[in-house]
Amino acid sequence: MSTTANDPAAPKKGGLSDLRKVFGGGQSSLRQFGILGSLIVIILIFQIWTGGLTLSPTNLINVVNQYSYILILAIGMVMVIIMGHIDLSVGSVAAFTGIIVAKSMAEWNLPWPWAIVLGIAVGAAIGAWQGFWVAYIGVPAFIVTLAGMLIFRGGNQFIGQSTTTPVPQEFGIIGAGYLPELAVPLNFNVLTMILGVVGAGWIVWNEVRARRVQQKMGSERAPMWVSVVKVVVLAGVILWAAWLFATGRPGTSFPISGIILVALVILYSFITNNTIFGRHIYAVGGNRIAATLSGVKDRRVDFFVMMNMSVLAAIAGMIYVARATASGPQDGNGWELDAIAAVFIGGAAVSGGIGTVIGSVIGGLVMAFLNNGLQLIGADADVVQIIKGLVLLFAVGVDVWSKSQGRPSILGIWGNRRKARLQTEAPDEAPTTVPGTQSNLSSQPEDARRP
Amino acid sequence: MKLNTEQHALLEMRSITKEFPGVKALSDVSITVHPAEIHAICGENGAGKSTLMKVLSGVYPAGTFTGEIRFRGELVEFRDIRASEHAGIAIIHQELALIPELSVTENIFLGNEINHGGRIDWVAQKARALDLLARVGLDEDPDTQIKHLGVGKQQLVEIAKALAKDVKLLILDEPTAALNEDDSQHLLDLIRGLKGKGIASIMISHKLNEIEAVADRITIIRDGHAIETLDVHAGGVDEDRIIRGMVGRSLESRFPPRTPSIGDVFFEVKDWTIQHPQVPERLVAKGSSLNVRRGEIVGIAGLMGAGRTELAMSIFGRSYGNYLSGTIMKDGKEIVLKDVESAIEHGLAYVSEDRKQLGLNLLDTIKRSVVAAKLTKIAKAGVIDDSQEFGIAEDYRKLLRIKTPSVEAGVSKLSGGNQQKVVLAKWMFTDPDLLILDEPTRGIDVGAKYEIYTIIRALAAQGKGVILISSELPELLGMADRIYTVFEGQITDNIPATEANPEALMRSMTSAKKKANA
Repeated sequence: MSTTANDPAAPKKGGLSDLRKVFGGGQSSLRQFGILGSLIVIILIFQIWTGGLTLSPTNLINVVNQYSYILILAIGMVMVIIMGHIDLSVGSVAAFTGIIVAKSMAEWNLPWPWAIVLGIAVGAAIGAWQGFWVAYIGVPAFIVTLAGMLIFRGGNQFIGQSTTTPVPQEFGIIGAGYLPELAVPLNFNVLTMILGVVGAGWIVWNEVRARRVQQKMGSERAPMWVSVVKVVVLAGVILWAAWLFATGRPGTSFPISGIILVALVILYSFITNNTIFGRHIYAVGGNRIAATLSGVKDRRVDFFVMMNMSVLAAIAGMIYVARATASGPQDGNGWELDAIAAVFIGGAAVSGGIGTVIGSVIGGLVMAFLNNGLQLIGADADVVQIIKGLVLLFAVGVDVWSKSQGRPSILGIWGNRRKARLQTEAPDEAPTTVPGTQSNLSSQPEDARRP
Repeated sequence: MKLNTEQHALLEMRSITKEFPGVKALSDVSITVHPAEIHAICGENGAGKSTLMKVLSGVYPAGTFTGEIRFRGELVEFRDIRASEHAGIAIIHQELALIPELSVTENIFLGNEINHGGRIDWVAQKARALDLLARVGLDEDPDTQIKHLGVGKQQLVEIAKALAKDVKLLILDEPTAALNEDDSQHLLDLIRGLKGKGIASIMISHKLNEIEAVADRITIIRDGHAIETLDVHAGGVDEDRIIRGMVGRSLESRFPPRTPSIGDVFFEVKDWTIQHPQVPERLVAKGSSLNVRRGEIVGIAGLMGAGRTELAMSIFGRSYGNYLSGTIMKDGKEIVLKDVESAIEHGLAYVSEDRKQLGLNLLDTIKRSVVAAKLTKIAKAGVIDDSQEFGIAEDYRKLLRIKTPSVEAGVSKLSGGNQQKVVLAKWMFTDPDLLILDEPTRGIDVGAKYEIYTIIRALAAQGKGVILISSELPELLGMADRIYTVFEGQITDNIPATEANPEALMRSMTSAKKKANA
């Protein structure tokens, strides 16, 4: 049929690109593929350097506890950045929400579940305020959220009178709670393992379903072995991680904040990948004018994305307060920068249109494990900052450079040549790997149309 | 060196050939400009005039084209615009290149500041600016910010800026396109005055009456070839003669045959009046009326800036300009299209003239682009069924023969023709009754053009109405069943294709003599 299909490397090509699809479709997937490699390398380096401390149950639990709120912010931030905006206010919004939630419980005796609802409402209100300025007045998000950063930081300190306000112990569950132990005679946390098994099962089911759909639609399928390898590796990692979390110090297991994080990652991956609203985010971010000429209401998308960011900031703020057992005047300082760094390390483009939730979470994990590993080996905070800064610059620099070279990313380079060939324009007959398609190519419709 | 013969010519461009991927924009074009001459270049949109000027001014640096350029007797190879300016060639673009926030003086000397070791000599600059402004006949304070000047005066500042660089040859690209009658007249007088002072001009203009009035010689370019050079002073050159040169080309079998099965009028626009979004006193559509029958391809002919795109976009959910008045009727009922969403809802589709800026998200895949304009069609409760997506994209790939290894490939990797097919697929997916196609074959090679024409024909054959906007008259004559002409925001004529000829169309496109009988 054609040269590419007969290429001995062809099945492998499908495999690699298929593996990448785990990290979301489109052209951004390759960059995340590279960043996932970086994450693995960083974890392995510190695992060796710290003599196995990095991947110990206690440390993993610690990483989740310590960084879940940054990762939650990264989920919202990537949507903001895909739209070509930025949100500098998230740290202040988190702090502002934290103090209101703390006060509502400490002084107005609001039950803690209602306090959480109140916190989300505060986030939504702040988000609507900022979204209004960005979407309907047209003030650049940079300015609106810079103002928000000042306003809500000041608001926190005004309401809290620049002192800390403690929160009741029950509230602490969302920041410092763990999956409970079941009364069964097993020496690991059963719920955590169940969660792991469900996750692994979902991976398997999802792959089977995807293959079935691909077969039905006649799209190109990766060879069976690729699917098997993919499923085994991913499910294995999940089960292994679950095992580590389940076998930590008694009384600890997978943190509740981690569950909130995982739930949000799944929810927002779904929203960005599978809903009309998600498509509209990418459409407006990629080409605003083309999107509006396709019937997308760009301002509405601007509004909801900004609003959503503040809601997530509110959730992050509450988790932090719960973990710290009090709301303080300096809560959330500098979070916006960590979240933005995570998103860009995770492969988002400064010019908008590119980025994924999963990629940003991986980017956030790179920062988290880097931070954590450096702390474990006893590096001082100043050194940690310098290294984090360099990593951000280096990660994005390599990305920009490889893009200008037509290469996807530092670790994507090894798989790049095939991908590049896949995406360049094909010779006259488009090669397909599905038998039978060739006959369709010359079937009725266009022959009838061409006189 | 043949100095003797070449002393006569200020500029000689010989055998210039410039190719873009898939398109030969200029082929073996030669042109000679004498000193102190006003040399007009005429041709249809896309004939290659601007490309030729970009070659001359160094926008396309030496080496990216073949052929040689001699300026003032010397062989020149410009690496960029600066180099050509240095040699004494200044180009004044259609879109003015002035900085609105800076003063007249600052703009005139931008990049060419009178300085002593990096320190600007404001006194000398201002004095020189006053002198230059006097030469172009502009009575303004040189400290005025550019944004406070009208377009006509800005044009004069541009010329003053060129004069500040000691220009020998001035290139004016559509200099009067945005000017009113008085400003145009003043500008033309100025160009004549400069000629008296030994400065030659190359003038590109669609306004043939102006060309006839000021030009000494006229070179006609058609399809990238220099067809002929007319000497105005030799007599016998009038607008008709120029038009014949511009369009004189037979309609080859470049178009699929038509099998018209035209139904009743189903779409009507009445007294459509639209304001320019920034300049309220400018009307980009003035009481325009048009109608489309089922299965009919309706052409819209007009020169650049006549308001074709503006008309189309304002109909398509008011996506351009400010709506002042007018109604749209579809199937006998009035419909109000306040935004793009409602336009799509009512079965309108608009394929824009600039597919990269306005038509596609270049970061997206083919699959996702095809369904982008009507996601609701494959979604339930806001959730997209992406298993359908692939099949749909695959169907269109086969139907429209989109050349790609996979519909998962990015649209940025496709050639222009295939990108345009993706855009067409995107709009066909919305199931439109009326497709507005704005320059659907711009920048597309001949083979792909035929395929696009075939698709358009097939759409009409299905009973859809098509509005085809094109700068290429042969395309309109070959494709349309009926042609409207537009001039300065007004519909000036409505001719059945069987009665239309290029000369008549060009006449209605360049003057408002006839009123539409829509």
